[in-house]
Amino acid sequence: MNLPFQPVILTTDALIFVLIAVVAVSAWYIGRHAHLRAPWKKVGHSRSGMIAAVIMLAFVTVGVLDSLHFRPRLTGDTAAGKANYAVDVMSVFDVIAAPLKNKPEKTYSAPLSAYLFAKETVEMPDGTEARMFPRLTYGGSHLKDPGRERADDIIKRAIAGVAIAALAWNILLLCVTFWLAHWNAQSIRNTWFAIWRGNTNVPWREMLITNGVLFLVLVPMIVLSAKYHVLGTDKVGQDVFYLTLKSIRTGLVIGTLTTLVMLPFALLLGILAGYLRGWVDDVIQYLYTTLNSIPGVLLIAASVLILQAVLDRHQDWFQTAIERADARLFVLCMILGVTSWTGLCRLLRGESLKLRELDYIQAARAFGVSDVRIITRHILPNVMHIVLIAIVMDFSGLILAEAVLSYVGVGVDPTMNSFGTMINGARMEMARDPMVWWSLASAFAFMLLLVLSANLFSDAVRDAFDPRIRGRLQTPGFLSKYLPATPGR
Amino acid sequence: MIGYLVRRLLYAIPILIGVNLLTFLLFFIVNSPDDMARMQLGQKRVSDEAVQKWKQERGYDKPSFFDAGAAGSAKLTNTIFYEKSVPLFWFDFGHAEDGQDIAHEIRSRMLPSLAIALPVFVVGLLSYITFALLMAFFRATYIDFMGVLLCIFAMSVSGLFYIIGGQYLISKLWNLVPISGYASGLNAWKFLVLPVIIGIIGGVGASTRWYRTIFLEEINRDYVRTARAKGLSEWRVLYRHVLHNALIPILTGAVVAIPLLFLGSLITESFFAIPGLGSYTIEAINNQDFAVVRAMVFLGSVLYIIGLILTDISYTVADPRIRLQ
Repeated sequence: MNLPFQPVILTTDALIFVLIAVVAVSAWYIGRHAHLRAPWKKVGHSRSGMIAAVIMLAFVTVGVLDSLHFRPRLTGDTAAGKANYAVDVMSVFDVIAAPLKNKPEKTYSAPLSAYLFAKETVEMPDGTEARMFPRLTYGGSHLKDPGRERADDIIKRAIAGVAIAALAWNILLLCVTFWLAHWNAQSIRNTWFAIWRGNTNVPWREMLITNGVLFLVLVPMIVLSAKYHVLGTDKVGQDVFYLTLKSIRTGLVIGTLTTLVMLPFALLLGILAGYLRGWVDDVIQYLYTTLNSIPGVLLIAASVLILQAVLDRHQDWFQTAIERADARLFVLCMILGVTSWTGLCRLLRGESLKLRELDYIQAARAFGVSDVRIITRHILPNVMHIVLIAIVMDFSGLILAEAVLSYVGVGVDPTMNSFGTMINGARMEMARDPMVWWSLASAFAFMLLLVLSANLFSDAVRDAFDPRIRGRLQTPGFLSKYLPATPGR
Repeated sequence: MIGYLVRRLLYAIPILIGVNLLTFLLFFIVNSPDDMARMQLGQKRVSDEAVQKWKQERGYDKPSFFDAGAAGSAKLTNTIFYEKSVPLFWFDFGHAEDGQDIAHEIRSRMLPSLAIALPVFVVGLLSYITFALLMAFFRATYIDFMGVLLCIFAMSVSGLFYIIGGQYLISKLWNLVPISGYASGLNAWKFLVLPVIIGIIGGVGASTRWYRTIFLEEINRDYVRTARAKGLSEWRVLYRHVLHNALIPILTGAVVAIPLLFLGSLITESFFAIPGLGSYTIEAINNQDFAVVRAMVFLGSVLYIIGLILTDISYTVADPRIRLQ
């Protein structure tokens, strides 16, 4: 078969697809059961939660597009009629963002600038040499005299971007209104007024406004990207906007897969310890107390160092650099997962201890229902809300942790785009005068937006499922540097 | 009480053995001494003799757990585990790759770590509790709402941002204190001010919010209503009654961290070039000096266990109803 591309599924890609499948199946299942739907409805009615969800959706879209990897086909087939595929692994996002990706400059350039940030000796047309800031190869290269034309050109393009954004937003508005009118069997006029006055249960007005703001910021940036580097370029001339967008996937992968990896441990051991008690409980408690007693950062650092050494020794396991980087990302997720399951495990143990004494489980046992069946039918569904809250609450902390770990040198592979590597790379540029602030600023800004919306969303989920759980799940920030979770008794 | 403490200390032994085994597994089995030697001597093209010599110099050429060739108790003692991991129990940490005595380094670096961590802990704890009480005082008003919003915002900002931003603003732009460095004695204060302030600001969001939740859980209890009914002022109710009763969850989170303050903070110390244990650990990680990392992991878990015991003792002080038996 001669496809125009050869799909490549990296380890983390595969897990992301599994995760999406799990989410889809549980969404379908929840949708069919009213009692499971109720708390989600409450989430849907939360204003801050839904605003955060809109922003998260934008991040997730970028992340998922960036997870569809493939190797493009090279022109010219081999003699045997077999297709040749490029060595570079690309993602669908790379294709969409090709205008950003394929415009390397020589080195730093400020956002929207037409000149390089460093002076170079340039040969003038008349043969003399002069020290000056050379023009960029791509950024603003369509201008004849950037000094005069640039501001006008940027404003013109930005206005065009705003116009497109307004158009797109209006189309979205129309679609939502029509769909809601159809769904609720209302007239379009009434639906419109309901949305506008904020009379809907789901905060459509707030969501649409959030969407509008997102459009207003993003679309002009994209339009300007056609001719400029909107957020400047980094040391080797890569577009910072592109790098920042690429970092999103890494953050999402660490935030979600870590929890996915640790979940089986925490669920199985926590419920077993709480339900069976006796020596099983003792062993499991010993296990997590031991793991817990090692300060989190140190355990992570030690494990990453060792596994990194193992990966370095076995270069032959991987065909491409991206596979190697991906393996390291996966290993990092596993280590973060293995070192962070103890908090959830303890919580699940406590909950199972409580549940096993309840009447309906005593009754089930009296009827001779097997332990396995009691656990799967009665205990598991009743601790799922804790698991869900833990997942959403861990997410933002893990993204922040990635940046710190990458700084310490035990984070993701240095070749992998992530907020941590961006900050780490840009840190030294603070000392330059004038300062190169744009890579640092955009990494921090995007990370803040992602973490803030994740925090707001997790608050909404927690409030809907179990508002009292917070005190048990969270440790104050200045302590969590050392401790995976509050030690309970 | 004494009996309880003795039992707790005995219970610590299996945990420390577990930690020891785990680190041994990680540092000597997953990554064998041969690999370690190759890594330290340079990745490729290392002769076997060089590896053997390196291992012999450090005593890594012995069997891991059991030496069948030796006689008597030497079967167990003539092993890497006995010579490298067991001495950790009496705080004999051995030597780092550069030949320095690790125990000596730890002793000399504890003070600078503590000089930052202790003020951050004490001032931080007091100010977070005060903020949280303020928010509880203004609960369900606009001030409280804005406070929570600020907290969520503050906890969403990366800790690295506070450090980099603070260094830029205060040291570079305003030239108030040096960017980084350390001096011995009292001269150290100007190097310590910025990291301490940043450390406190870095934790303000999450901690204040957490304490606020604790206070709000207490504030609807009956005894609070009684105190109000007695005609006490709201401040008195909060400071005397609510704070006192909320001490248990506060102590649970705080006391366990006190011994760990000795370890310092990895990130802060390395950004501000403070010669404490945190920067020592980071250097060890970057140089792949496993002996140091192993020592720090063990020290960390010892301090953590001490912290747990201290927490239990602090409960009896905070709440006389609790008796340790």
